[in-house]
Amino acid sequence: MPRYEVEVRVMPRAGLLDPQGQAVEHALRALGFEQIGGVRVGRALTLHLERPDAARAEADARAMCERLLANPVTEDFTLIVRGIP
Amino acid sequence: MIRVAVVRFPGSNCDADTLRAVEQAGAEAYYVWHREAELGGADAVVLPGGFAYGDYLRAGAIARFSPVMAAVRSHAEQGGAVLGICNGFQILCEAGLLPGALMRNAGLKFVSRPVRVRVETTETPFTTAYEAGAILSLPVAHGEGRYVAPADDLSALEAEGRVVLRYLDNPNGSVNDIAGITNAARNVVGIMPHPERAADPVLGSPEGAKVFFSLVQSVALSRGGVP
Repeated sequence: MPRYEVEVRVMPRAGLLDPQGQAVEHALRALGFEQIGGVRVGRALTLHLERPDAARAEADARAMCERLLANPVTEDFTLIVRGIP
Repeated sequence: MIRVAVVRFPGSNCDADTLRAVEQAGAEAYYVWHREAELGGADAVVLPGGFAYGDYLRAGAIARFSPVMAAVRSHAEQGGAVLGICNGFQILCEAGLLPGALMRNAGLKFVSRPVRVRVETTETPFTTAYEAGAILSLPVAHGEGRYVAPADDLSALEAEGRVVLRYLDNPNGSVNDIAGITNAARNVVGIMPHPERAADPVLGSPEGAKVFFSLVQSVALSRGGVP
């Protein structure tokens, strides 16, 4: 069975306040980094799946996000599927 | 005697205070471990505060898969009273028994202090003993208490009088100063403040005790008898 690595990126939904991102931005400014247009903090997960094809791996990862990995009220997610040789 | 189950998850830490507050209100209170599939004939259930499963992934996200939650869901669907306090509120939202979600406090700090809240409705099993509009001082202790909800859920909460407690001095950035809500059937309530930590004069305030008196009163009334 082919193996896939799915990178899941979960981010606070655009428009919702992200105080962690703001705090990190302040810290970066304190270090002297300038012209920062904004920082948002999310979460990354790596899934290793054995599936017949990439489409199936993505569909399953999507279902996992919808049911557990992301909160549908507050978070959005993106998926990157890579085949493992 | 009215029987109240206090559910313990790995990481619950307000369970003993909650048990005591329920007992002081005149009910029989007992613990139910989260691995149990039954609630032991409970008239009401309380999900106490704490950090179930260390808040891994998101506060309440893993706890909702504990076997006991199927029993809590079926108890709620049959109209039984359910109260979630702090982490219990987060679990009820993650489980879909209440709308919305609780996000990291707007000020980033973990807030642990008494706050003033207004009782917005007495039409829940946990607020009947209060006067509508009563102002209480109750402790909060949370890092993720900022209530958010989709616009349609929020307007339903407001239009149907389902905001239970509202902050007078919002400590976490909750939308509409919301500190607690109830479901459409009004039997499931989630609140961020800790009434069990203000349920006895020796704790500095007895103002939270009526949450548990309300419960005993409401269950008794629903049985058509006296507590």
